[in-house]
Amino acid sequence: MISKLSHVSIYVLNQDSAYDFYVNKLGFKVHTDAPMGEGMRWLTVCPPDQPDLEITLMPITEGMMFTKETAEQMRKLVKNGTFGFGVFECKDIYATYEELKAKGVEFSKPPKQEFYGIEALFKDDSGNWFSLGQKAG
Amino acid sequence: MPEDLKTYPRIYLYRRVVQAKLFIDSHYAADIDLNNVSGEAHLSKFHFIRQFKKIYGETPHQYLKRVRIEKAQLLLTSGIPVSETCYLVGFESLSSFSGLFKRLTGITPSEYMRQQQKLKSQIRSQPLQFIPGCFAKKKGWYTDH
Repeated sequence: MISKLSHVSIYVLNQDSAYDFYVNKLGFKVHTDAPMGEGMRWLTVCPPDQPDLEITLMPITEGMMFTKETAEQMRKLVKNGTFGFGVFECKDIYATYEELKAKGVEFSKPPKQEFYGIEALFKDDSGNWFSLGQKAG
Repeated sequence: MPEDLKTYPRIYLYRRVVQAKLFIDSHYAADIDLNNVSGEAHLSKFHFIRQFKKIYGETPHQYLKRVRIEKAQLLLTSGIPVSETCYLVGFESLSSFSGLFKRLTGITPSEYMRQQQKLKSQIRSQPLQFIPGCFAKKKGWYTDH
């Protein structure tokens, strides 16, 4: 039986810049940063309260899943904000919003009360967007 | 009414407390007087501490201590000696640094440094142990298979 999700990948345009965004802006913790040689780097980060969920910051490069052509297409799609990767939760959305905004994070929706809780939407440095939520109650 | 005020209540209060938190984030190594931080936030000390704790779940003083220890962990991981790390994150005495470090992390700074150096050398010598096999295989990182 499957017991849990251990790794999830987010495709990024540049790993150094993604490191700065996820670690220095969002405040995620680096789990593994392993140089693999030839410019390859295995880089995973975790949300502060989820040390066993590794988010792999995967560069979109030719090889593995991509041909030269599909890598180019993928980079364009990511840059254009095609992909929404998930929902992050926080304890105080207004404080989180103000802090991330002060750090230059781009929001397409400021915190708004919805029937399911308070929600905001933001983009990472590549163009992937996320929902930021604070549960109702 | 300004647009911001319609968006959510007490926006200015949030901004002040968040700015104070960001001030701590960037000045943790200095001799921060939390009276000054509450002054920066234009709030009385008591009101400031109460609002800070409500938002972040800990007092500004507890938060400052945690930030210093977390920054120390990064420095120790990168190989900066314990005595130097202690001063770089704003402690004046090695014993108070070591004591707090152990209280918050469960181990001493030098033990932490040893653990991290060992982990780093393992990652360097056997990186594939730290990467899910499917990725490594597809990338062609398995050289002996």
